Amino acid sequence: MLMTRLIPILFLKNGYLVRSEKFNIHQNIGNPLAQVERYNSWDVDELIYIDITREGGYKYQRKDLGGIDRNHTNHINGIIQVVAKKCFMPLTFGGGIRSIDDAHIRFKLGADKITINSQALRQPNFISLLAREFGSQAIVVSIDAKLCPDGSYSVFSDWGRTNINISPQDWALQAQELGAGEILINSIDRDGTAKGYDLELVQSVVSVTDIPVIACGGVGDYSDFNEVLNKTGASAAAAGNIFNFRELAYPLAKKHLKNHGLNVR
Amino acid sequence: MDIRVGIIDIGISNITSVLNAFLYLGCNVKTVRISKEVSNFTHLVLPGVGSFPNGMENLIINGFDEEISNEVEKGKPIFGLCLGMQLFAEFGEEFKPTNGLGLIEGHISRIDTGESGLRLPHIGWNQVTFKKNSVITAGVPESSNYYFVHSYSYSNPNEPYVVGICDYSTEVVAFIEQDNIFGAQFHPEKSQANGLLLLKNFTKVSG
Repeated sequence: MLMTRLIPILFLKNGYLVRSEKFNIHQNIGNPLAQVERYNSWDVDELIYIDITREGGYKYQRKDLGGIDRNHTNHINGIIQVVAKKCFMPLTFGGGIRSIDDAHIRFKLGADKITINSQALRQPNFISLLAREFGSQAIVVSIDAKLCPDGSYSVFSDWGRTNINISPQDWALQAQELGAGEILINSIDRDGTAKGYDLELVQSVVSVTDIPVIACGGVGDYSDFNEVLNKTGASAAAAGNIFNFRELAYPLAKKHLKNHGLNVR
Repeated sequence: MDIRVGIIDIGISNITSVLNAFLYLGCNVKTVRISKEVSNFTHLVLPGVGSFPNGMENLIINGFDEEISNEVEKGKPIFGLCLGMQLFAEFGEEFKPTNGLGLIEGHISRIDTGESGLRLPHIGWNQVTFKKNSVITAGVPESSNYYFVHSYSYSNPNEPYVVGICDYSTEVVAFIEQDNIFGAQFHPEKSQANGLLLLKNFTKVSG
């Protein structure tokens, strides 16, 4: 039996690990590499890193960010390289991937999968190009959605700034047809709020697609994981903050899921 | 014996993770980009992601098909990972019928999940049951978890070379072994301790 995946997502900005709230507040919570050992010892199912740097380079002057190759001191690529040497688990990297070359370098440094978002919305065919080059299994299309005043959901690009005026359902289906291997659906409204997943949003995307869907956004407690997995048909549950802020959150979440009858490692 | 592991690089795979895993295990390992150099190694690894036709095309263009067949015939151990394992078959059905290396009698077809509602690709951790214990599976629990990402697999789980299977609404071929030929449908290099053990054991297989 395939096991349900529980996936920590790490958001990076200017080289720091950040806590994100509603896509516009980003609190610096430290060194992204310091987390690696923890996740390794917790035997996590998978790790997703998303770089949300908008402008400015990486601040690697700090001594505590040691170990990064000098050739990659100003980019997420340095982080990929270090993480891939230590973590023998599936690694997904996203953020700022605009071209086949951007994807190539990430795979070359050790990424197993990439997530794409804004560039796929600007150029949907980008999904097909990547799928042809690297295989569908390596391409995760990430969708950021928000509930609009009229009660419908809409997809946003550029880290939640631009309304694309397409429903997450339509976009997910299109992404699947273009060759996406997985969908990562994130709720902008729930991001960092600890109010639980937007079940309706997740369920709507699961219902129209045949590929695995990873739910993200809003986890406040371990029971939120059960809820999204049991009620929406999502293949995996992802979260950021809870794993950064709570001691032993990952093993405890796994234990909670196991106690509630879910098949987890 | 002096072990030299050669990871065959046909330009389409993410071989970094495989290389990193062998380096972590302290092995003498190199990537092989020139087919003639295959003979310099004691152990060969054929990783692979992407589609079957693309994988075969790249093997042939680079002249690896003949070199691999020659070395394997001489008894050199080879370990195929994911698509690499599939390329050992006679032919694959992905996109268009394509001949494989023909080292293993069998063909590769799309997993049939029937009415189960299970999604493809088959992505995630699944429990593999090993039917047989050998050098490569020594110390591996009879039932252990590995990371899979694929939609196609060997079509007949009852063949004698199938030594590991997993359940995904149907029996999926997870591990094969035939003489000096080994293959994992999952990614040992991404399956933490259990996977690293298989890679380590592979280097102990004598040629």
